[in-house]
Amino acid sequence: MITSSNVLIKVSGLCKSFGDLEVLKGIDAEIYKGDVMVVIGASGSGKSTFLRCLNLLEEPTGGTITFEGVNITDRSVDINKHRQKMGMVFQQFNLFPHKTVLQNMTLGPIKLLKQSKKEAEANAMRLLERVGLSDKAYAYPSQLSGGQKQRVAIVRALAMNPDVMLFDEPTSALDPEMVGEVLEVMKQLAREGMTMVVVTHEMGFAREVGTDIVFVDEGVIVEQGRPEEFFTNPKNPRLKDFLSKVL
Amino acid sequence: MQFLQPILAAASSAAPATDNFWEGLWKSFEKTFIYQDRWRFFLNGLLATLRIAFFAALLGVLVGFLVASVRSTHDMRLTGKKCRSFGDVVLKILNVLCNIYITIIRGTPAVIQVMIMYFIIFANSRNKELAAVLSFGINSGAYVAEIVRSGIMSIDKGQFEASRSLGFNYGSTMIHIILPQAFKNILPALGNEFIVLIKETSVAAYVGIAELTYVGNLIRSRTYEAFFPLIAVALIYLAIVMLFTFLLKKLERRLRNSDH
Repeated sequence: MITSSNVLIKVSGLCKSFGDLEVLKGIDAEIYKGDVMVVIGASGSGKSTFLRCLNLLEEPTGGTITFEGVNITDRSVDINKHRQKMGMVFQQFNLFPHKTVLQNMTLGPIKLLKQSKKEAEANAMRLLERVGLSDKAYAYPSQLSGGQKQRVAIVRALAMNPDVMLFDEPTSALDPEMVGEVLEVMKQLAREGMTMVVVTHEMGFAREVGTDIVFVDEGVIVEQGRPEEFFTNPKNPRLKDFLSKVL
Repeated sequence: MQFLQPILAAASSAAPATDNFWEGLWKSFEKTFIYQDRWRFFLNGLLATLRIAFFAALLGVLVGFLVASVRSTHDMRLTGKKCRSFGDVVLKILNVLCNIYITIIRGTPAVIQVMIMYFIIFANSRNKELAAVLSFGINSGAYVAEIVRSGIMSIDKGQFEASRSLGFNYGSTMIHIILPQAFKNILPALGNEFIVLIKETSVAAYVGIAELTYVGNLIRSRTYEAFFPLIAVALIYLAIVMLFTFLLKKLERRLRNSDH
């Protein structure tokens, strides 16, 4: 299947149910290379589920997801190969506590990308330097602050050299004074042209770096647009209501 | 001083010419350990116990990890879901078999299991120790399986997701991420299980396998003196368990140091 070369991820008719609970009710979206898609919505709206479906951490119950021209919802596709190209950052960081920062970052590149240890470590150190954590390379996650953990989680995903980064509420579990340092890393990443899909409540971030804002409500996308239009002139009443509460 | 009664009796019977308590005690000791080099019996019994416990523990860990893998894979992938591939059906069947295994092993006494192994399955074999190793290994496996499963379940789901999101498959995720963390969590419980196993091998005496308990009882029946043989056997078990506990603590400390 060949799609327009600029479309990185194409989602069509995506549905997801947990038992009788229908969380996603047919979502269509296209994510272009270099896009920073910001997904917002009330809790329980399905925005996290949508994000987690993109790399099949949640298996969709309907619809298709095409990533780099391959329908990854097809069960015969080796999803592990494609996940290597989709970095993911979690709300709870999910660093591996039994491994040092450096080991966290080099495990994937060494085992999956078959990089030499030396190569993987050099690359990891370069990334750590970029986020100002090179002095923490040999620390264990339990010795880091929340903000530091999340920055490590971001560079761990980056070490796999992904084509897209998925962020699942990356700042929601952080103390307020640590939110800024993580957002700064994400902004830098966006400036460098990384394709990103970000589920967040940080409207400032959405406005500043988002290229495509999506409002999810009750399992469907009810409004979508560029940030200036989206925030200054919302049309959907539920979005208006939502924005009036969070802004 | 109730417990000294047998010794006093031994002392008076072994050396009627003297009422010297210590001399009687020494005679009793000599009869139990030195006469006809009987200490060698204890040594051989000890070695047999260690052999049985060691190989049974090895088998128990192997069986336990396999069964736990099947059970937790099944629980993670198929709970509340329908089978969608041939692999799923195989997994479902394996899970049922594992459940039957755990139910039967945990539901019947170890001594009956050893007797079944020895008198029925190994009825035509002379390899008594192998029967014991298999019996105790299979027994221990059921308990180890549940311990390992509890360890796997204790790891946060996020660890699994983070590993899968990097592109690791299920098996690699288990090996590199889940099991190392689970192992550390279950080490005390696993140590407990091995301590139980070491002592449980004494059940093999029941079918006449010449391990420590059997030897102690044998000497008792030859010397008509219970004190030294049985206390000696008890102390040897105690020493093994204490040594094992010491090593286990060292390992625990080491694992803890690795991640604070």
